[in-house]
Amino acid sequence: MIWLDTILQGVLLGGLYALFAAGLSLVFGIMRLVNLAHGDLLVMAAFLILVIVTMFGLNPFLAALVALPIMFAIGWSLQYFILNRTLGDDILPPLLVTFGLSIVIQNALLEGFSADSRRVPAGTLETMSLPLGPVTVGLMPLLTFLSAVAVIVALNQLFYRSELGRAFRATSDDAVTAGLMGVEPHRLFATATGIAMVVVTIAALYLGTRANFDPTIGPARLIYAFEAVIIGGLGSLWGTLLGGIIIGVAQTVGAAINPEWQILSGHLAFLLVLLIRPRGLFPRAVD
Amino acid sequence: MDAQGPPTRSWSIETRTKASRGFFIAVAFLVALGFLAPLFLARSTVQDLFFILTMLVLAQCWNLLAGYAGLVSVGQQVFVGFGAYAMFACVSLLGLDPISAIFLGGLGAALLSLPTGFFIFRLQGAYFAIGTWVVAEVVRLLLAQWRALGGGTGTSLPNSATRDMWATQFVSELFDMRPAQAMDVLTYWLALVVACLTTGFIYWLLRTRRGLGLAALRDNQEAARAVGVDAARLKWAVYICVSFVTGVCGALIYVQKARISPDAAFSVVDWTAYVIFIVVIGGIGTLEGPIVGVIVFFLLQNALAEYGSWYLLLLGAMGIIIMLFAPRGLWGLFTDRTGIQFFPVRRMLVRRDGHHSKVQGGPNG
Repeated sequence: MIWLDTILQGVLLGGLYALFAAGLSLVFGIMRLVNLAHGDLLVMAAFLILVIVTMFGLNPFLAALVALPIMFAIGWSLQYFILNRTLGDDILPPLLVTFGLSIVIQNALLEGFSADSRRVPAGTLETMSLPLGPVTVGLMPLLTFLSAVAVIVALNQLFYRSELGRAFRATSDDAVTAGLMGVEPHRLFATATGIAMVVVTIAALYLGTRANFDPTIGPARLIYAFEAVIIGGLGSLWGTLLGGIIIGVAQTVGAAINPEWQILSGHLAFLLVLLIRPRGLFPRAVD
Repeated sequence: MDAQGPPTRSWSIETRTKASRGFFIAVAFLVALGFLAPLFLARSTVQDLFFILTMLVLAQCWNLLAGYAGLVSVGQQVFVGFGAYAMFACVSLLGLDPISAIFLGGLGAALLSLPTGFFIFRLQGAYFAIGTWVVAEVVRLLLAQWRALGGGTGTSLPNSATRDMWATQFVSELFDMRPAQAMDVLTYWLALVVACLTTGFIYWLLRTRRGLGLAALRDNQEAARAVGVDAARLKWAVYICVSFVTGVCGALIYVQKARISPDAAFSVVDWTAYVIFIVVIGGIGTLEGPIVGVIVFFLLQNALAEYGSWYLLLLGAMGIIIMLFAPRGLWGLFTDRTGIQFFPVRRMLVRRDGHHSKVQGGPNG
């Protein structure tokens, strides 16, 4: 029973990693941009939720709702005013600018909130659990996982069923031709990053309520998200969910054997997949 | 390409310029002065110079990797850390002399680059960058399990090893210094040698046929491949060479520090973020850039030392602004206005009488 429980916890943890990764995957799919500041933006969103909760005494879920439009605006402006200038054939500018951004956000958060560990208080929700057959499942982990599934369904609907999604796919395939059809790539890219930041805010809600966080944990979250995307295969959101689950299960199983091996076994699972299937489990994008 | 003669006998291909000749004389003078520096400088200044020189070596390495070979790595800390740990293992466990262990540290890092390269070369472009970071984390976590070298909390070099280090006693008697100070002088000299060799090696490399291939790869990968540049092989060669030098530099840094822990030795901020900012601010894809960058970096660090994280924040913001508005860095701005190059790699057709008649190639080769 202990093993079943461990694996189930890992699957639910994978939902959190898939939430981290969905925004990264979205942005990469549309404009081939890898945002090295993704993890730090996630931590920033968690601090934003914390500030709203403590200032107005709101429930964290309501606070996240307030944070959504703010993060959308931040993502939109970031893309429109800064990152759009870096797009092109050369991969150096976007990488170095987002790397610089990562350092800037991290240190700004350190300056503003100190290096102390924080947590968004979620009241009784934190400890509630559901009996599920032979095992018990925490309500927050379950909610996280269901949110990840909901986000992926919503993003797929947006991508394949809406006019905006059609523009996204067209720009992703051929930005110049899409431009001739009346799509403005720069505004579209800004919208895409805005949407990615909405997903990041949802992820930050669970990041902040489930465990402690501090300004320096961003890069590690970026790495988990990146591993989930690569394992799943570029361009496949369901693949990303599976990638998250593989990392999550590897981590909880590793931790069950020896607590020091938790993070390491997640990374090793990633390297193993890279060894066997270098293009991921469900590759869709050509690059 | 350098050696091949032009079709008519009165022409030849040269890379040297008047400014570069004057510069090399100045450099020879400066290096000689650098070797004598410990005679008349305070110990803390010698330590500062050691820091500048080691950062310069790391910056030249990363510049060769990212600026020329197009391998944007944010995981170079893995070779600093591994080189340092290999040195510690040789000294603490095998009882070798720290100075010879520095070379073995570099060798260890070069060996490590084979399996890590095998994994990360499967990733393209931007994903390569994060891949290098993952690999660095894996190696850090694995070494943190190594109890003999202190596990997660780290360990120190045995006192006897640093005191009896090769030539320390000689230096200490020669200059009438305490052994600890003599060790600082010795590591500083080694840093000076490594910095000169690294810069010299990269300059030599860029002027050879392979260097021309590298510059071609940097400017246009497809076109370079089309004219017969073996991109994959060249990238592997650069990756392994850079790993070796980075490992040597890491080992040298930790001989001087004499204390190691996984978190410090594999710090992404200390060994990669600073290095990237040095290169970007100075000018990526030039040999002069890292030199300018490391000087700016050191001045900024001294001026802003008491402001803590504001300093890194400012450095990051400077990196972003330079990348957006002056992607060739401070040196690029300077050389655009003056045309001066100290390490010219551009091939020029020169008539025998020495008169520059025709210029070929881009601004940097």
